[in-house]
Amino acid sequence: MANFYTDTPELKHHLSHPLMKHIVELKERNFADREKFDYAPADFEDAMDNYDKVLEIVGEICGDIVAPNAEGVDHEGPVCANGRVQYASGTQANLDATRKAGLMGMSMPRRFGGLNFPITPYIMAADIVSRADAGFENLWGLQDCAETLYEFGNEDQKMRFLTRVCNGETMSMDLTEPDAGSDLQSVMLKATYSEKDGCWLLNGVKRFITNGDADIHLVLARSEEGTHDGRGLSMFIYDKQQGGVNVRRIENKMGIKGSPTCELVYKNAKAELCGDTKLGLIKYVMALMNGARLGIAAQGVGISQAAFNEALAYAKDRKQFGKAIIEFPAVAEMLSLMKAKLDASRALLYETSRFVDIYKALDDIAKERKLEPEERQEQKKFAKLADSFTPLVKMMGSEYANQNAYDCIQVHGGSGFMKEYTCERLYRDARITSIYEGTSQLQTVAAIRYVTTGAYLNQIRDAYETLHFDARFDVLRDKLKDMADKAGMAINQVVETKNQELLDLVARRLVEMCAHTIMGHLLLQDANKAPELFEKSANVYIRYAEAEVEKHITFIRKFQEENLENYRMA
Amino acid sequence: MGYKIIVLAKQVPDTRNVGKDAMTAEGTINRAALPAIFNPEDLNALEQALQIKDKYPDSTITMLTMGPGRAAEVLLEGMYRGADAGVLLTDRAFAGADTLATSYALSTAIKKIGEYDIIIGGRQAIDGDTAQVGPQVAEKLGLTQITYAEKIEKIEGKTIRVQRHIPGGIETVEGPLPIVITVNGSADPCRPRNAKRVMKFKYAQTPSQAAAEGGNAELIKARPYLNIKEWTVADVDGDVKQCGLNGSPTKVKTIKNIVFAAKESKKFTAADADIESLMVELIENKIVG
Repeated sequence: MANFYTDTPELKHHLSHPLMKHIVELKERNFADREKFDYAPADFEDAMDNYDKVLEIVGEICGDIVAPNAEGVDHEGPVCANGRVQYASGTQANLDATRKAGLMGMSMPRRFGGLNFPITPYIMAADIVSRADAGFENLWGLQDCAETLYEFGNEDQKMRFLTRVCNGETMSMDLTEPDAGSDLQSVMLKATYSEKDGCWLLNGVKRFITNGDADIHLVLARSEEGTHDGRGLSMFIYDKQQGGVNVRRIENKMGIKGSPTCELVYKNAKAELCGDTKLGLIKYVMALMNGARLGIAAQGVGISQAAFNEALAYAKDRKQFGKAIIEFPAVAEMLSLMKAKLDASRALLYETSRFVDIYKALDDIAKERKLEPEERQEQKKFAKLADSFTPLVKMMGSEYANQNAYDCIQVHGGSGFMKEYTCERLYRDARITSIYEGTSQLQTVAAIRYVTTGAYLNQIRDAYETLHFDARFDVLRDKLKDMADKAGMAINQVVETKNQELLDLVARRLVEMCAHTIMGHLLLQDANKAPELFEKSANVYIRYAEAEVEKHITFIRKFQEENLENYRMA
Repeated sequence: MGYKIIVLAKQVPDTRNVGKDAMTAEGTINRAALPAIFNPEDLNALEQALQIKDKYPDSTITMLTMGPGRAAEVLLEGMYRGADAGVLLTDRAFAGADTLATSYALSTAIKKIGEYDIIIGGRQAIDGDTAQVGPQVAEKLGLTQITYAEKIEKIEGKTIRVQRHIPGGIETVEGPLPIVITVNGSADPCRPRNAKRVMKFKYAQTPSQAAAEGGNAELIKARPYLNIKEWTVADVDGDVKQCGLNGSPTKVKTIKNIVFAAKESKKFTAADADIESLMVELIENKIVG
């Protein structure tokens, strides 16, 4: 009888952010759907109440079904037989529950059977699901492939496929191949147009495909014979009902065991083109990946929450030297930092979600009519903010998930090393989050351009430092100001050398300095609005972040170009 | 092809989460301290009804409950999970009913609903634990009853086949429609609330709720499906003498607070022979195995 939404008031705090008013307006457009759909909201308050009530359903399913199933799913796992995947029984039960609750296609328009939710409440659901079972989030969360289909598919494809997704069919994105992991330009899966069949035929092998036996696949394949780079790749829709793709095996993984990771063999699999040829990687997969990265960030935050909850409960319960271990500062410090990292990454997660919401809704409006000049400007601004914040939150959300899972075991002591405790699974589940959908190293590559162009610092100075807070937060505000200045100095110092190798070497430090400052600001805003929930975390986090920034600036300030030699390993 | 199904549901105090203040000094239930919930086995019954509707989508499910105004919450909860409509039987005259008076009241309401193939409810409510209401409703309507149902196997024409939960196994029986079925807690748990249905029905109210200050009367006028029917004794042509306290032969003589204490205890050592004998006993008593 647990509810993973209502038992965490921090979630509702983020859901009720002032920017939601604007987001709902853009998403509901004069609430015109009200006349056509009996479940469409009548006004802003009604829409917000809908999000709240639906998240309550998510919280209940996660508390009562998904979380209790997680251990069994981790043990049982899926199996592969006759080219098909059979989910663990608990996974099947989770899927049945989420389908019956109508939680598939949450962000899709109502004309396809979706709920027309903004990304923010959808991501909140992902956060909640991940806390219950991070592996299940992969299956449930792949519904966000529908976003890409919606954005780039034609009307006929949308009608045929999106209605099925909203009805509960699952999706997969088939990108990786044995020789094309981080470097997707090397994808070789062959797509040839068959005049005889009047469709494309796919041939080849894909590897590491999450939920590879899904009902509907988005597939990256080489449609332009003789090409070798990203410009020869296109995106295809493969419908399992057509046949032609078999699962050769399922990987035996360290964590997220409930999520089947498949090797797929395509033999003349009939597929249809999504969008235009040659734009597969450079346009569609980039969009797909950005959505997926936000999902992984949510997965990280959910795991962080689970890790914190487990650690807190254990520390209150476990007695040593005559008292609960939570009373020892050494343990309490770990717990308070876990909570601070959780709150910081969650604040960044929803800030990013809101940016995505605004630019995506405007994109969608642009399909119906020409945007006004100020709307176009707003679209551009928020698209850039979303693009710059997504790698930050993917990196920090997943790294903090790992750190919190590590500390969760530490709080448990020897017991945490035993299989009986949940923290052991969390530790294994967290590990992949900083790897898939782009490693933290690749998120740094994506983020560094916003460091060097000053995009992050501009956002800090123009949007965050200009806000007003209660006077008791002056100390924290001053610290953040100092951190931004130091980040600026470090960036300038590195950029002025015009040494690309040096920039690449310290890129992660520079990105982290910006990330810490941004998360500190967001937590300060949260603490100002809801001190009972966030004041401690804001204090703990900003002090922690200040020290991290000092560490990085010390490294960078004292770094000489001739030191580079010591780091060359090739 | 569809069936007309009536689900009997009751709002009960949540006796599963009993705290220190759950009982008053007089030994009665302190309702203020216990949250009101959908009686758990009635949820199992609703799921069985919904599974019939999954197979025969033209079926209709009407929730029926008797209780004070707030009992409409269970009707709404049923609608969120897939029921089509709800009827609240509410009247001061119904108050204080024992199982006989309750069954009488429900049967009059069922007659007023008129068309039905299957009347289904939980085996018993967690506040009274009598398991009498379902069977008595069947008697009053002159219908066949199947109790302790665990799974509805199939419906063919006018015959329904049901698995019953019996000690040590399952019994499969058939009965003619219309029929009354009471469902055991071992049946499938109820599916969750559905997002679209919650958004669709969240403003549904009874006429009294709608007419009260801040009620949704205007919205309900525009969207009649938001109206939850509310019937009094007069609406169901009930005989007041058979309702509520008047119609209840059951009299509470006294209520005692009972503290459970171990009456007989046995000691087992860790020796193999002792463990063996303990296991034999537990298996014989069907506690394990």
